[in-house]
Amino acid sequence: MMKLTRYVVYDIIRNKVIMAYTLFLLVVSLSLFQVEENQGKAILSLMNIVLIVLPLVSIVFATIHYYNSYEFIELMLSQPLGRTRIIFSEYAGTALSLLMAFLLGVGIPVLIYSPDDSGLSLLFTGCCLTLIFTSLAFLASVKARDKARGIGSVLLLWFYFALIYDGLVLLILFNFSDYPLEKITLLLTALNPVDLGRIFIMLKMDISALMGYTGALYKDFFGSGTGLLFTSSIMVLWIVLPLLWAIRIFNKKDI
Amino acid sequence: MIRIEAISKKFRKLQALDNISAQFEKGQAISLIGPNGSGKTTLIKCILGMVRPDKGNIYVGGHPVKQEHEYRRMIGYMPQIGRYPDNMRIGQLFSMMKQLRNDKQGGLDETLVEQFGLKKIYDKPMRTLSGGTRQKVSAALAFLFDPAILILDEPTAGLDPLSAEILKARIIEQKKKDKLILITSHILSDLDELTTHVMYMQDGKMVFLKGLDTLQEQTGELKIGKAIARIMKADGDQEDWIKKMFTPSNEQKIY
Amino acid sequence: MRLLFITILSILFLRSEARIIMAGPTAEIKELRKALALARDGDSILLQAGIYKEGSLLIERSISLIGTNAILDGEKKYQVLLVSGKNILISGLTIRNAGYSAMEDFAAVKVVDASNVTIENCHIINAYFAIHISNTRAVVIRNNRIEGTPRSEQLSGNGIHLWKSNFALIENNHVTGHRDGIYFEFVTSSTIRRNHSEKNIRYGLHFMFSNDDAYIQNIFNDNGAGVAVMYSKKVRMEANRFDLNWGASAYGLLLKDITDSYIARNIFYKNTVALHMEGTSRIEIRNNDFRNNGWAIKVQASCDNNRFWRNNFTGNSFDVATNGSVSLNQFSQNYWDKYEGYDLNHDGVGDIPFRPVSMYSMIIEENPNALLLMRSFTVQLLDKAEKALPVITPGNLTDDKPMMKYIKQ
Repeated sequence: MMKLTRYVVYDIIRNKVIMAYTLFLLVVSLSLFQVEENQGKAILSLMNIVLIVLPLVSIVFATIHYYNSYEFIELMLSQPLGRTRIIFSEYAGTALSLLMAFLLGVGIPVLIYSPDDSGLSLLFTGCCLTLIFTSLAFLASVKARDKARGIGSVLLLWFYFALIYDGLVLLILFNFSDYPLEKITLLLTALNPVDLGRIFIMLKMDISALMGYTGALYKDFFGSGTGLLFTSSIMVLWIVLPLLWAIRIFNKKDI
Repeated sequence: MIRIEAISKKFRKLQALDNISAQFEKGQAISLIGPNGSGKTTLIKCILGMVRPDKGNIYVGGHPVKQEHEYRRMIGYMPQIGRYPDNMRIGQLFSMMKQLRNDKQGGLDETLVEQFGLKKIYDKPMRTLSGGTRQKVSAALAFLFDPAILILDEPTAGLDPLSAEILKARIIEQKKKDKLILITSHILSDLDELTTHVMYMQDGKMVFLKGLDTLQEQTGELKIGKAIARIMKADGDQEDWIKKMFTPSNEQKIY
Repeated sequence: MRLLFITILSILFLRSEARIIMAGPTAEIKELRKALALARDGDSILLQAGIYKEGSLLIERSISLIGTNAILDGEKKYQVLLVSGKNILISGLTIRNAGYSAMEDFAAVKVVDASNVTIENCHIINAYFAIHISNTRAVVIRNNRIEGTPRSEQLSGNGIHLWKSNFALIENNHVTGHRDGIYFEFVTSSTIRRNHSEKNIRYGLHFMFSNDDAYIQNIFNDNGAGVAVMYSKKVRMEANRFDLNWGASAYGLLLKDITDSYIARNIFYKNTVALHMEGTSRIEIRNNDFRNNGWAIKVQASCDNNRFWRNNFTGNSFDVATNGSVSLNQFSQNYWDKYEGYDLNHDGVGDIPFRPVSMYSMIIEENPNALLLMRSFTVQLLDKAEKALPVITPGNLTDDKPMMKYIKQ
């Protein structure tokens, strides 16, 4: 399994886009830590990058890479290799490369300047979101035969998770403000990995007190081992389910 | 070696393959010809397991194509368009393939690698290669593992005359080694000399599959390529023409 | 003539009679109770080192009780010192384990109906109420260390508790572990200065119906609910620190029904809500620093004619929040780190007004659940849109002269 992955990684890390992405993250992280007098503020600004830029880059890059690798995948399929192995290797290679870019660009600065709870939760969230949005990219790519359609649909997905979803949550909160919504809000946020990651980081940053009694509940929950387990499992589900679905489709698909 | 049993395949509204049955044996060199979109590539992809037929079965060396992928160890495939990971070097591509196939017997055939002079450019990344060079790489890969079956999709299309000759010579050599060779082409001309059988397809249907000698006998043309090319250019009435020519009842009347 | 002579003589005699009474393990008088019984107005009792378990002791004469390493132990049953009278000094005692009563406010030192009482340099440990003062005039409480054992709001009393008093001075005390660190009710013309009140269960300072008071240079940190000042007039709050009052309903400073007061040069750091105002009028809030708070200022719609002038707002999640659609308060010449305007004429004042209330802060005033969306991209975009085209934020709540640079206070 790892053989093919290794070559995919080898190919991608020499990709100019990935290099530019790594450099961008590195420059932004370092300058944020240099400019902001307080590490918490830098982490908050980095959080915006991790929640917005990182999913966008991951999903678009993975999609484009998939379509560019189409003929290569075809060639692999003519070899005595199982389909699951091929698509999974492609996924693993893409995801690993993006992870490496993230860990180099954001991980190292964070570990140098802010290796605390909030920094680590930022890295955790970033890694999860990279894997999740690569997963989603593969799902969208195997579903859409056409590159333009594929890229269109992943942009839409990104738009949905980054922007539209929270708008919908806001609408729900206002339309049902007469009901006790604490649990439902929590559930709703868990259904969007970007929101879940954001809350996970924010609670580590002591924002919870702003949320009153509910905030304290959330903080207790997310701060505990159960909370970490909950967050991790939801994140893992977000990684695994789209990927499994993509593999299923790929296995039945005509190339 | 390859047995095709009544396979059909529909892409949306397009009937790509329509109830095709055929049997290819070792020692044969089959020219798969027909106009664009006649289903040649689809048929090859069915044999390689890339496209799953709606109906019918294909067996390669006795193994059903549907369930397995190990049978592909017997096949060397040269795609119509070879595209490889941009940043992979030629040498890496070859070593990757060797690792992936992991053939125990070690019967590597690097004749083409040498004849095409690929070793000298082992360090070049794939993205810098011209279409012709990529074709050479594809060809060398197809022959690399000394497979019992060679499937070549438009093998000489992008090659310069010299390289085309080298490739042709290699194909002839392989034929002499009692291998099964399947070649698709729009026209036959440059592959006349090595063809033993012609399979003509149109609109997803197999119009005929005959030995070259039979064909020559029936048409009275030695240069079968010219005849077929003329058939294909004769647009509207070609179907009738071919039918007249090859349906058994009419056989005697022609020429 | 003879009468006069006798009178003068007796005065002199009395004067010379102002004695110093030693009490303690090595003295002639072993028990404090006995010393107190012997003492007359003007006498001083010097209490030697040792542990005194003598139940409740009453001080009614004008005496000085001065201890050196003397420990009075209430055995968790008694109020230790009951003080009533005038011109009384209590100094240098350690008082521990005063009793608890569900019926009345048991205290380590209770002062009732008194004037000119000074309690200083005492160390009060593990009391229900530590110092309980009512109906007094000119009480001085200074340099005391008061350490409660935090239980619950019901089972803990206040550290320094004043009721119906005037001209009090509370200075340089350190209070921790009580319900309210310092409690004022109906206390006027008094000063609270340089105290440190931390880690109390409820308020660091609780202040009600007390007019014409000042509290200056105190530090209030890590208290359950911060500092509350309610139903009072003419209060000066200067140069205090309100730090780390962080929690679900914690305030740096909670103002409720306060008028004509002055809040200046204070620092508010890391409070959930730094300054909460409800029904307050005519308050001048100037030269304060609001740093890294959840909300710097929450102004309820019931506030009017308050003036926010030359304050610094840095690192707060929300600078100003309000629940009304109009604002009757005035903001001017503050520094806001969120200000994105420009200063073309370089006079240090931004050329376009700043709107300190964000749309999102209005949303969560109405629907606290929406806090889960904090810092979401959507919310940030909504805020930007609202800033460009205000729809739901109060149109007149602006700082027309936002400062470009941090104001050195």
